[in-house]
Amino acid sequence: MAINWFKYSAPTAFYGLAGKMIPWFAVPAAVLFMVGMYIGFFVAPTDAIQSEAYRIIFIHVPASILSMFIYLIMAGYAALGLIFNTRLSSMMATALAPTGALFAFISLWTGALWGKPMWGAWWVWDARLTSELILLFLYLGFIALQSSIEDPRRADRAGALLAIVGSVNVPIIYFSVKWWNTLHQGATIKFTGTSMHVAMQQAMFIMLLACWLYVIAVTLARVRSIILERERNTQWVNELKEVRS
Amino acid sequence: MTRCANATGAVTSKLSLFGLFGLVIRRDLLLAMRRRADVLTTLVFFVMVVSLFPLGVGPEMDMLRKMAPGVVWVAALLASMLSLGRMFSADYLDGTLEQMLLAPQSLSMLVLGKIVAHWMLSGLPLVLIAPVLGLQFDMPAQALWVLILVLLLGTPILSMIGAIGAALTLGLRGGGVLVSLLVLPLCIPVLIFGTGAVEAVNTGMTIVPHVALLGALLLLALVFTPWVTAQALRISME
Amino acid sequence: MLEVSNLACARGDHQLFSGLSFSLEAGELMQVQGENGSGKTSLLRTLCGFMQPIAGEIRWRGQNIHELDESYYAEMVYLGHLNAIKDELNALENLHISAGLSGCAVDEQAALSALRRMGLRRREHLPVKVLSQGQRRRVALSRLLVGNAHLWILDEPLTALDVGAVGLMQELIGEHLSKGGMVIFTTHQPLQVAGVQTRQLVLS
Repeated sequence: MAINWFKYSAPTAFYGLAGKMIPWFAVPAAVLFMVGMYIGFFVAPTDAIQSEAYRIIFIHVPASILSMFIYLIMAGYAALGLIFNTRLSSMMATALAPTGALFAFISLWTGALWGKPMWGAWWVWDARLTSELILLFLYLGFIALQSSIEDPRRADRAGALLAIVGSVNVPIIYFSVKWWNTLHQGATIKFTGTSMHVAMQQAMFIMLLACWLYVIAVTLARVRSIILERERNTQWVNELKEVRS
Repeated sequence: MTRCANATGAVTSKLSLFGLFGLVIRRDLLLAMRRRADVLTTLVFFVMVVSLFPLGVGPEMDMLRKMAPGVVWVAALLASMLSLGRMFSADYLDGTLEQMLLAPQSLSMLVLGKIVAHWMLSGLPLVLIAPVLGLQFDMPAQALWVLILVLLLGTPILSMIGAIGAALTLGLRGGGVLVSLLVLPLCIPVLIFGTGAVEAVNTGMTIVPHVALLGALLLLALVFTPWVTAQALRISME
Repeated sequence: MLEVSNLACARGDHQLFSGLSFSLEAGELMQVQGENGSGKTSLLRTLCGFMQPIAGEIRWRGQNIHELDESYYAEMVYLGHLNAIKDELNALENLHISAGLSGCAVDEQAALSALRRMGLRRREHLPVKVLSQGQRRRVALSRLLVGNAHLWILDEPLTALDVGAVGLMQELIGEHLSKGGMVIFTTHQPLQVAGVQTRQLVLS
């Protein structure tokens, strides 16, 4: 059989590598998460204006930041896969999407929880929350498109095109929503404290780091299962000991 | 002019790029003329959705006047989603799309022709009927003119962004709903600037920035979407 | 002119064929054979550039078809399982459009004579939906007569055709070959062209 082994070799090699790498990201993620939560909830002082309610930012802010970054990274991987026809990049894009959607959802959820004590409403049409909602829609569109295409190659390429169009659109959408928001004098959720306490900064930074590590670990795990699924007919998959047992 | 000699010995001339563009538009319009119901259903849908709003929120004129631009735009968005399914699927099912991909000229140009035809059949009728619907909502004359202007600028963008979605979901199960899921979020800027302009004229502010931004979006879409749609078609036809 | 080297195609996970090499010169006729599912249609679609091969390349006049793109398409015509004709339009309108898509603007007379040659006299102005399957196929085949393509790629061209039309097709292919054209086709029916040896390509 004249299979182009170069193309197949990447996922094959990566499967094992990813398996070894996962604990190195998962364990620090868990540790940092606990440390960050501890600092955020017990060490960081109560805010003068928002009292205890502000502590939600230790989850809300990292989730928001990551949901946006992940979309760009996803689009980047998808574009690499589309241009250079590298299957692993496309798999990475597919693997990142659910995590990005999850973070967008967490960001919305915690935003709502924060909004209730601040504004007396679960949902305010704040520019950033609205953009986050649209971002969630974009993730869901990507996931829906990929899952409704059976041929993995077409799914990769169609998803990539959508992700690229989406990432070109994200700044336009963000700008237009902001514009809309200022025209309507909508609510804005902001951290009102003039300067952040050092402990707050530390907690925020540690939580952000924990989230990054979590994203890497969980994406690697998902890539491994995508590799297994797509290569289920190949010899090397059937020779894996976790498959044989 | 280059000549093509062919099997029957007859002489035919080579079709230019704009010839192809015109041919595609003429063809789609001709087909639409032979099944007029398709165009009418989109239009009736649009009118119905807009007319449902006063029934849903009550007939207070003040509120309706305020809601009008948003209602018309959202209905236009939904109506254009409805007609997207038809953009490529008939050609896909009967094999014409394969022949289009094999055309010895720019596929982007051909796609642009299809987009223009789609807009003439689904966007333009909405623009023309919108003032009548605006009257239902007691919109002032000045606002009606602005509404027509922004719809003229905005509905082609909906067709262009929609074309990408329609091409990506070609032949997929549940393609109709899926295409809305993909395309609607991308259309939000059009909605915002489109309604913003009408609201601006209602509150006595300038409409220029809204219209300028819509114009910029239209140009941007005009440059990129035919090419992206062409790529999407190639991906979907594989 | 058309060279295929070491071509491999896959449909999803499933590899259809690999290591396929052949070349086709002016005046040659090639039949692609194989059981159902052996990849005949996929091979033809790959030759059209619809599908990307997973390995190997296809050259036309020495250049990869993906680099040539539009100038390759100007020299080939593809007839697939689907007729690519519209039920709502009549035969003449359909022919005008399909010729236009292949880059040629045909005049009325050329179009009419092509349709008449295909045995569609007095059917030119009928909407295609009232025609029989065989007649629709004839409308689709009339596209071959108005283009100036060198390479004909025909996927099951004889489907739904009666004996007379099969004979006509053989005649048309013969004329095309004698003018230095080339034809690659699949069929489950016997197709003999007088004075031309049919090369066989077997996919397994």
